[in-house]
Amino acid sequence: MRGIEKNLSTLTSLGIRPVAISVDTPEVNRGFLPKAGYTFTFLSDPDVDAIRRYDLVHAGMGENGHDIARPAEFLIDANGVVRWVNLTENYWVRATPEQIFEAAKLVE
Amino acid sequence: MNAKRFNWPLLSGFLLSVFAFLSYFFIFVWFPSTRNFPWANFLLFAVAGVLLLFGLKRTFGETRSKFSKVLGSIAAVLGVLICALFVFGFFVFAKMIPPSKGAPQVGQRAPEFTLSDSNNRPVSLNQLLTSPTNGKAPKGVLLVFYRGYW
Repeated sequence: MRGIEKNLSTLTSLGIRPVAISVDTPEVNRGFLPKAGYTFTFLSDPDVDAIRRYDLVHAGMGENGHDIARPAEFLIDANGVVRWVNLTENYWVRATPEQIFEAAKLVE
Repeated sequence: MNAKRFNWPLLSGFLLSVFAFLSYFFIFVWFPSTRNFPWANFLLFAVAGVLLLFGLKRTFGETRSKFSKVLGSIAAVLGVLICALFVFGFFVFAKMIPPSKGAPQVGQRAPEFTLSDSNNRPVSLNQLLTSPTNGKAPKGVLLVFYRGYW
């Protein structure tokens, strides 16, 4: 996430709009985003609605046994078609900015 | 305990193993090169291990009280346990995630959704794909699902 914020101008110039999604509420995001220095769009999915539609529910792993999302990245082209998917096998291992730049070539 | 007898390798080895564990979450997690494989933490654990070995050697090589030998052994065992916990956390626990076999695949249409942004405004995937970024319609939207900060 930090890597995305750092490379935001490059991503924007490539025509890529990054969007982060988690179960955090808008209120939590409103408090957290300025503190952490994030400026791109963060969406809230507290009821794991989109998270379920993308089959990314990690049941009971949040606070008080709340369902959360497992980490995953999708690049979707302008027609709404998935062009690149990164489903990590380890939640500490995420897509690097280089991998994302490489994937961006798929929607040029 | 006077300065001459103070077993600094043992104490610093133990403290370094604690730091090797915690530093991943506070420092190294922020950089992809140290996050995706925690080599920096393993380096710190290795140095901590050497210090602990030196410390143990000193504890058992000199005429020291039983108390300091027991204390030294406990510090060394804890250091090793902290390292084992880190290895388990990174290589076993962090891999206990659902397989997501039903996740949209390359070539498939991305499921539509509408969610609230941090200003409580509803935002749909379609809007994200069509509303201009940098003055033009985006070529693509990168959805980043994450665990959340609660």
